[in-house]
Amino acid sequence: MTIHDLYLLSPELSVAGLATLLLLLDLIVSRKGIILGLGVVGLVIPLGFSIALWFTVGDDAAAENTGVLAGTLVVDKFALFFKFLFIGAAAVVGLMSVDYLQRIERFRTEFFALVLYSATGMMLMAATVELITLYISLELSSLPLVALAAFLRDGRSSEGGMKFLVLGGISSAILLYGMVFVFGFTGTTYLDLIAERIGDLTAGSDQPLGSYALVLGVGLMIAGFGFKITAVPFQMWAPDVYEGAPTPVTAFLSVASKAAGFAIILRVFYVAFPVETLSIEWSAVFAAVAALSMTVGNLVAIAQSNIKRLLAYSTIAHGGYLMVGLAALAARTGGDDVDFGPSGVMFYMAGYAMMNLAAFAVVIAISNRINSDAIADYAGMAKRAPYLAAALAFALLSLTGIPPTVGFITKVYVFGAAVNAGLEWLVVVGVINSVISAYYYFGIIKTMYLSKPKSDEPIDSQFPIRLAVGVTIAGVLVFGVYPIVLLDLAKAAAQALFA
Amino acid sequence: MDFEGNGLLTLTVFLPLVGALLIAVLVRNDRHVRIVAGVTIVADLVLSVLVFTGYDLQKGGVQLVDRAPGWIPIDSFKVEYFLGVDGLSAPLVLLTGLLGFVAVFASWSIKERVREYFVWLLVLQTAVMGVFTALDFILFFLLWELEMAPMFFLISIWGSGRREYSAMKFLIFTFLGSAFMLVGILILFFSAGTFDMIELPSALQGAKLLAPAWLVFSLIFVAFAVKLPVWPVHTWLPDAHTDAPTAVSIMLAGVLLKMGGYGMLRVSAAMFPDVMVDAAKFLIVLGVINVIYGAIVTLRQTDMKRLVAFSSISHMGYVLVGISSVAGVAGAVSPVGLTGAAMQMFTHGTITGLMFLMVGLAYEKAHTRHIPDLGGLATRMPVIAIGFLVAGLASLGLPGTSGFVSEILIFLGTFPVWGWWTGIAAFGVVITAGYILWMLQRTMFGPQLARFSDVRDATKMEMVPIAALVIAVIAVGIYPSFISDYFTEGLTDIIGSIQDSAQLAMAP
Repeated sequence: MTIHDLYLLSPELSVAGLATLLLLLDLIVSRKGIILGLGVVGLVIPLGFSIALWFTVGDDAAAENTGVLAGTLVVDKFALFFKFLFIGAAAVVGLMSVDYLQRIERFRTEFFALVLYSATGMMLMAATVELITLYISLELSSLPLVALAAFLRDGRSSEGGMKFLVLGGISSAILLYGMVFVFGFTGTTYLDLIAERIGDLTAGSDQPLGSYALVLGVGLMIAGFGFKITAVPFQMWAPDVYEGAPTPVTAFLSVASKAAGFAIILRVFYVAFPVETLSIEWSAVFAAVAALSMTVGNLVAIAQSNIKRLLAYSTIAHGGYLMVGLAALAARTGGDDVDFGPSGVMFYMAGYAMMNLAAFAVVIAISNRINSDAIADYAGMAKRAPYLAAALAFALLSLTGIPPTVGFITKVYVFGAAVNAGLEWLVVVGVINSVISAYYYFGIIKTMYLSKPKSDEPIDSQFPIRLAVGVTIAGVLVFGVYPIVLLDLAKAAAQALFA
Repeated sequence: MDFEGNGLLTLTVFLPLVGALLIAVLVRNDRHVRIVAGVTIVADLVLSVLVFTGYDLQKGGVQLVDRAPGWIPIDSFKVEYFLGVDGLSAPLVLLTGLLGFVAVFASWSIKERVREYFVWLLVLQTAVMGVFTALDFILFFLLWELEMAPMFFLISIWGSGRREYSAMKFLIFTFLGSAFMLVGILILFFSAGTFDMIELPSALQGAKLLAPAWLVFSLIFVAFAVKLPVWPVHTWLPDAHTDAPTAVSIMLAGVLLKMGGYGMLRVSAAMFPDVMVDAAKFLIVLGVINVIYGAIVTLRQTDMKRLVAFSSISHMGYVLVGISSVAGVAGAVSPVGLTGAAMQMFTHGTITGLMFLMVGLAYEKAHTRHIPDLGGLATRMPVIAIGFLVAGLASLGLPGTSGFVSEILIFLGTFPVWGWWTGIAAFGVVITAGYILWMLQRTMFGPQLARFSDVRDATKMEMVPIAALVIAVIAVGIYPSFISDYFTEGLTDIIGSIQDSAQLAMAP
């Protein structure tokens, strides 16, 4: 462990340190609002470190700059891209919490500290290249979320927390079981070595991956990851947990937790099971799961009358669109654009983070005042809270994929990656799903703009939540009109997978 | 980011959006909102006239190009900001400028949520103007999709009757059509390697398509068919028209439907010449169904607005009939039928715009659109009656009006190719005469009714858009080549590529 290693780990260390510092401050400072504000502002430090690392790592991933802790973690642009995303999501969730936590009397600091600890786990997940580290960081990201999901201590919240704990435990066990198979057959837990061994194994065998047991192992790992990214059929926990959890936690789950899942899937499937050594069609597996997730998520969302539950199902559907990018593993044309699929996933993920956080921020701002999550209670919001309603409408347009929003351009790009990989049928499924989603997203817009308000009382909001809405909406608009900045980042990050 | 071009088209397309943002952010007072919207749209009309006159017919090709290649400069997914006009789009830009102008002035009496209304109307103007000038396929698609949200709000908030249902129906139909188009666009890109709509026709020749050509053609054609609208995906149109506010009906019938016809010529015919020729036999059948079915259904409408809406289906059928002449005799495609189809788009835009405007005004004054309840309005509102009469006579194709020009070109161009089918389509003109004259006679003429004794004629403000459209209808009727020369020039390349592929097919 050298100073240089500390520098490479500085984003994670500073986030965890920040969380601990907040807990200590909580003991001596009586005005809790200050602590939360300090926590959000304090995220500038890990952000600064990450930006510095982005330029340190440079374009050629020199070994001395990347491997940390016996090579179990790497610091490359891929990991850093996701670190930006997690830090940003944590900051926005912090801003949302200021408003939301007024309904909770105790443990306000702990709430945000847990978010930060979970973010630390996710940042490690994006950086890990070894199975045991992967498992530990996954648990580090999940356990704080369980506590957060049950934070409200009412019936629904407790139920959500319990479901999350039990089903999350089962999925972890399945993941571990899969890893055991992989370790058993390859004799290593390092992803790059796994790829080498599989290469040796397949060379002398006519079975896929050298052995059916290994296929089983990989299948079990997919199932374990599927839980994280709410892929159908591993999505059952999501609606209840999303509905019961405090809304900022729901937002964090639907964005950061999902991003971490995709980060690890990309890493594992591009490093340990890369396209060349695959003798079985992963692409087809992901494509099938993608089609299922989109269709189930969107169809069930239509029937929802609670906005958090609706957004939960829409999250499942968006997991499906993201998996379209995963399915685009093998670029048909080959050559230069091998990173089309993964960069599509990351580009979409970043855009999705902005639009979904924007939607949740508005939901928190409104629900906190009207004490309801029922869509029917959003009637006439355009009159009561014109700016919030406009922001939510804009976020929903983006989720539908209508220009000029980032949701439009990211969807076009991901679908482009899929067509490039020869998955025209999947894109047809995807676009039909977009149309289905338009029905319920516009349903909310219709309620806000056309229905008669239940009362004429205007809805006021505080500065932090307005800032959260403003920043995310600005991102949705700016990257919707001028996406190349974000796309360049995503491409640079995706190319790190092939370094 | 590099930018090439003089910015005239960029300004024409995005000025309404700037006006909309201005209204949304700065202007509070309803009167000021109207003034800002009015000034913006007049300026946009002037700009569209400049675009039209600035296009050099002698030189031909794509002109007034505004281009910024650095929008998404990634080799594997290269999207440009690329605007330009050719002979096909220049008249449609003029039409959009004109009808946008008419729509804003026809909305002068909107009282409810004025600020939002004009914001959406101006955003719509940008979207439509953009569709006709965008020459990068993704930009084209972006602007095509941009039009949905404003239309949804305009129909659902300021409409009447079952407006929420109609708005949602419009949205779902349009979105489904364009969703398939996206798949087609992506397949084209990865087959030919460019989103450039001018380069694509030649880039596609000899390129190996990733999917069967007829399939890609159909994916894209669906979007245009919904928009035009082609039977049997026309059902959103009568609902949307009936429930939309007057100005929105004007925009919808006047320019939005033309996006469909424009797409068929710019994309379907130019990029898939051989499939288009094969598909022509279906197009003529669908076109004839549109014309005759639309006309027959129109005959039995008792609501004036619904009547005009159904007549649009019938008239857009002629566009399809005209386009079906691509299957020219022995590979020789005469430009007459296609020019007629393009002319029909322009003339129908002005005529139906005028028609909806008159229906809207008559409704505003007499408070009913139910034809049996109306009668003898001409004595009380002579200006409106004259406007109605001009629109009606042009609609049934009276020589001297623009309607005659486009229909005669379509029949002349299509008869050598499809013979009796054209004859059946021409029978639509007879039915049209029936319902138009019947409606005019019942509503405007006949005995004066006591209950309408105090209705008023159009105000001076309302006469502005009436005059603009009446002049357009008669001017094009008397001197059609002022528009049709543009179309003939714009269609040259498309016809050339159809003939090339026909000769390739016939070569042993």
